[in-house]
Amino acid sequence: MKEMINNETPYITGSKALLESLINEGVDTIFGYPGGQAIPIYDKLYDYKDKLNHVLVRHEQGATHAAQGYARVSGKVGVTLVTSGPGMSNTITGIADAMMDSTPIVVIAGQVPCSLLGTDAFQEIDVIGITQAITKWSYQIRTADEIAWAVARAFYIASTGRPGPVVLDFPKNAQVELVNYKPEKVDHIRSYIPVPDINLKNIEAAADFINSSTKPLALIGQGVILGKAEEELKAFIKKTGIPVASTVLGLSAIASNEEQFVGMIGMHGNIAPNIKTNEADLIIAIGMRFDDRVTGDLNKYAKQAKVIHFDIDPSELNKNVKVDVPVLGDAKETLAKITELVAENSHKEWRDSFNTYWERENEAVINKELYPTSGPLKMGEVVNKVSEATGNNAVLVTDVGQNQMMGVRYFKYNQTRSVVTSGGLGTMGFGLPAAIGAKYGAPDRTICLFVGDGGLQMSIQELGTIMQSDIDVKIILLNNDYLGMVRQWQELFFNERYSETTMINPDFVKIAQAYNIASRSVDKREDLDDAIEEMLNTKGAYLLEAKVIQKGLVYPMVPAGAGITEILLNGE
Amino acid sequence: MENKLYTITIFSENTVGLLNQVTIIFTRRGMNIETLSVSPSALEGIHKFTVTTFADQDLIEKVVKQIDKKVDIIKAYYNTNEDLIFQEIALYKVSTEKLLSLGSIEDIIRRYNARILDLTETWTVLEKTGHYDETQALFKELSEKIGVLQFIRSGRVAINKSKVERLSDMLASIEEKITKKHKDVI
Ligand SMILES: Cc1ncc(C[n+]2csc(CCOP(=O)(O)OP(=O)(O)O)c2C)c(N)n1
Repeated sequence: MKEMINNETPYITGSKALLESLINEGVDTIFGYPGGQAIPIYDKLYDYKDKLNHVLVRHEQGATHAAQGYARVSGKVGVTLVTSGPGMSNTITGIADAMMDSTPIVVIAGQVPCSLLGTDAFQEIDVIGITQAITKWSYQIRTADEIAWAVARAFYIASTGRPGPVVLDFPKNAQVELVNYKPEKVDHIRSYIPVPDINLKNIEAAADFINSSTKPLALIGQGVILGKAEEELKAFIKKTGIPVASTVLGLSAIASNEEQFVGMIGMHGNIAPNIKTNEADLIIAIGMRFDDRVTGDLNKYAKQAKVIHFDIDPSELNKNVKVDVPVLGDAKETLAKITELVAENSHKEWRDSFNTYWERENEAVINKELYPTSGPLKMGEVVNKVSEATGNNAVLVTDVGQNQMMGVRYFKYNQTRSVVTSGGLGTMGFGLPAAIGAKYGAPDRTICLFVGDGGLQMSIQELGTIMQSDIDVKIILLNNDYLGMVRQWQELFFNERYSETTMINPDFVKIAQAYNIASRSVDKREDLDDAIEEMLNTKGAYLLEAKVIQKGLVYPMVPAGAGITEILLNGE
Repeated sequence: MENKLYTITIFSENTVGLLNQVTIIFTRRGMNIETLSVSPSALEGIHKFTVTTFADQDLIEKVVKQIDKKVDIIKAYYNTNEDLIFQEIALYKVSTEKLLSLGSIEDIIRRYNARILDLTETWTVLEKTGHYDETQALFKELSEKIGVLQFIRSGRVAINKSKVERLSDMLASIEEKITKKHKDVI
């Protein structure tokens, strides 16, 4: 044993050092699942019950999605703890999802002892090799001495700059070794520049472009939320009068009823901002990355416009769309700076010109979806009613598919950090565990999950987590007995050949009952309000199954690969 | 845009697994690495990668930004041949008997500026450093005339045409920022 260097900091095991380091980073909640190579950590956790709340999920993928949900609504780092081998590999989807959506999570995985590394030992996998491509940083803690440093560094990297997932691979020898533990804090890393320097010249150039533009359009993404720049954005648009549209992940950065908010862009976005993107003389992209679901065919995207791009990540600039003025930096700072330099304006006429498209969309799509008077229930109608019943104050969590697009199209928000959805990876099975995490991240808010019959069954086991930990999430199952979104593509682009998209489903109400979760199924319009009220008035979790139209379609739609103005309004 | 051979120079911390982090960026975009060499740099504790690859200007910019973004990478640059002084080394093993049959070994050594690294009764190892075309020319001549038993060529190593390591200035400014940050805190 090594010599005692410091009498005040006694030797403790690596496992204890890990937990102390987590507490040192302000962690209070861990989503995890134990196993052989993590038992020493779990053993210590037993002593830390009052300081660290561990939520036992039913599948490690769920633990990562829960950590994501937690991070997205709280703005803090989500933490996942799993065992080696299959425990670790089960987290891969969640890690990749967090990478695509810039979500700060730290995944800690047990590993076989260092002496067995590289020998194909039982439950050994090459964690670093596998995760390097889908993490911001992954690191193997080989000795207990490294724990304080590695954990501090992990949290610093995950949460600063453009956030993202970090993996710590933690071999068992380091978990049981003794270490003379002292807490550490990391506030810089030589090779890592989280926030690039502001270039004032570029901000001035951007301000000139804005001041001389007659048809400017701001496109906001999650960067605004991640950069906590909501107030700065508001000040900027108030002064300039510029209309603002949002990507899916940027939603709730500004309130839905904000006068200058002109809707959602992208494949299932609103027609006004999509069409106007190709009419604007200036596109001001803020913390968004011109994803192909947003731009459609790049050759037909905003060719007439000058482009200003605010981003914290240099590798995003000129990646998909050629930029005239890049504004690197933290949006909170750059937006504040540019607001000083821009002239006051209202752009009233330009903004009003969006209205005709809204009228058209209302008539062709929205009214029919939200206020049908006959026929089966519609997804949009359910989403809208739930949103209204919560006073637009709830957190929207979605799974992936039609339920997701209907959720983001029709849910409304009064406050930021109100949307949790898998944007970049589009992971089915994300919703249920993400909703669980969101509840821990925002315990005082109502969490409404919209999920399809397909997606629910990709992580349905997490109902067990809800039961065991008594988690208050409202699950609204939009059941169309189809893999709806794929069925939609098959209907529109594959001659209605519904290959493997019909689903024979179980009785979901009975399943909920088996998990002791209150539940109800509705298929009649006249029962919907009452069911929603019952759901919201029930203490604890609730599963509301809405049996919706089987062959519903999400419109408008920009077909994959088409230009954004080639948007389909409906099937007519 | 036109495809050219670019040389990427990467300065990194000396951590485990960095080579993988660099190469997966090429793999993901389906790009081939032409040559690769890694060694400690003139700056203590900092490693230097030299990678060559064919790409157009637009692509190389994106790839270099992606490399630069990795946490343990300090800085990545790209250059075309004009900005660099570079070299590769090649070793050729040939049969001594056949080499002698060429008549004058001196002639080939002089013309190619090669040298003999090892010589036995059965084989001779020649060494030549130079640009790809130069080492290739010797390979071609030897192959055609007497046959080459073994051949190996190293990855490119390159030095830019500026006076000091470009990284030095950057490191100095990072140091300055960190010191300032700490002062601000205090
Ligand atoms: C893990 C995973 N597998 C497959 C897909 C492809 N996919 C996208 S949407 C969808 C259908 C979703 O059906 P459902 O969950 O019933 O929701 P709906 O579209 O009907 O609302 C599928 C299969 C995916 N996104 N994720």
